[in-house]
Amino acid sequence: MRCQLAIATIFAVMVMAGQAGAEDGNRGKVLYKAYCSQCHGMEADGYGVNAGYMEIQPKDHTEAKEMNARTDDDLFKAIRDGGKAINKSVLMPAWGKNISEEDIWALVRYLREISATED
Amino acid sequence: MFRSTIKKLFLGMIVVSSGAAAEGPSDRLKEECSACHALSEVTLDAQARMAQKAPPLYYAGTKYRRDWMVSWLQNPARIRPGGMFSGNHTVVTDDGDDIDPITLQDHVKLSANNATEITDYLMTLTAKSDLIIAGEYKPKSVSKRMGEMNFIKFKGCGSCHQAEPDYGGVSGPELYTVFNRLKPDYIVSFIRDPIVWQGVSLMPSTGLNNREIYKLVDYLKLLSGEN
Repeated sequence: MRCQLAIATIFAVMVMAGQAGAEDGNRGKVLYKAYCSQCHGMEADGYGVNAGYMEIQPKDHTEAKEMNARTDDDLFKAIRDGGKAINKSVLMPAWGKNISEEDIWALVRYLREISATED
Repeated sequence: MFRSTIKKLFLGMIVVSSGAAAEGPSDRLKEECSACHALSEVTLDAQARMAQKAPPLYYAGTKYRRDWMVSWLQNPARIRPGGMFSGNHTVVTDDGDDIDPITLQDHVKLSANNATEITDYLMTLTAKSDLIIAGEYKPKSVSKRMGEMNFIKFKGCGSCHQAEPDYGGVSGPELYTVFNRLKPDYIVSFIRDPIVWQGVSLMPSTGLNNREIYKLVDYLKLLSGEN
């Protein structure tokens, strides 16, 4: 009986964690479309509608090799404080006043998802 | 059949009576503009901002210049090359993302009388005027070359905004007429903190100091041909 209860609890926790992950992924996707897609592209490949007018090509977020070279903290810092904060282009603005820290982390996790990379 | 006819007559009376009641510009705004423009205060989140069809008008008198608005309503040229939210008008192509012009809706044209009447009413909508410091912006001259370098290279504004027709980013409103469109003190206030106006903004709140903001506005003034 105790064993069955433990299995049911683990199962429930896994389902809840899965739901939370899906909600977080969806949140990251919405935020990406709102704030990032204009430059980084609807498919996150760096070819957004503004990219043709920029002196530096926006980063391709689907490029696993480049994304692997960045830690989660780097990505968080780049979004919050802008490209300059991690010695990258000033054309990447600081979003820290527009997007909450919680939402920036949702974006970081979304970037990991679309690039199939890990911290 | 009889019941259906009575129902149609009744509905007709409602339409006629509501049309007759809509006499002033305030009623006309509600009837004809509120489907796209917010006429009372709303605080948006990112999702709602993406769904927004047109700028809010409840603080139009704080934001827009009267003469420009009278003229624009009679000949409404597109201000936002990519629409109110470019992501809703973007197509993915082999050459990169592009704006699909077919999805962009033109603004309705008004007669001179209607444009004047509506504008005069809009100018009375002065919500959020506490966000403005009246007379704050004091114009100074800036060279085109230095202004352009600052606008594009140092501040990155050209990534989203056009500083000349058909060149520059398309997700934000074009800025070569912005000084003619908007009140200068509003422009200063918006650059300083774009978030406070609607609760959310797709323009980054960059924390520029006053001097940096004024220099940008000097350049916007130059772009509008007012130097």
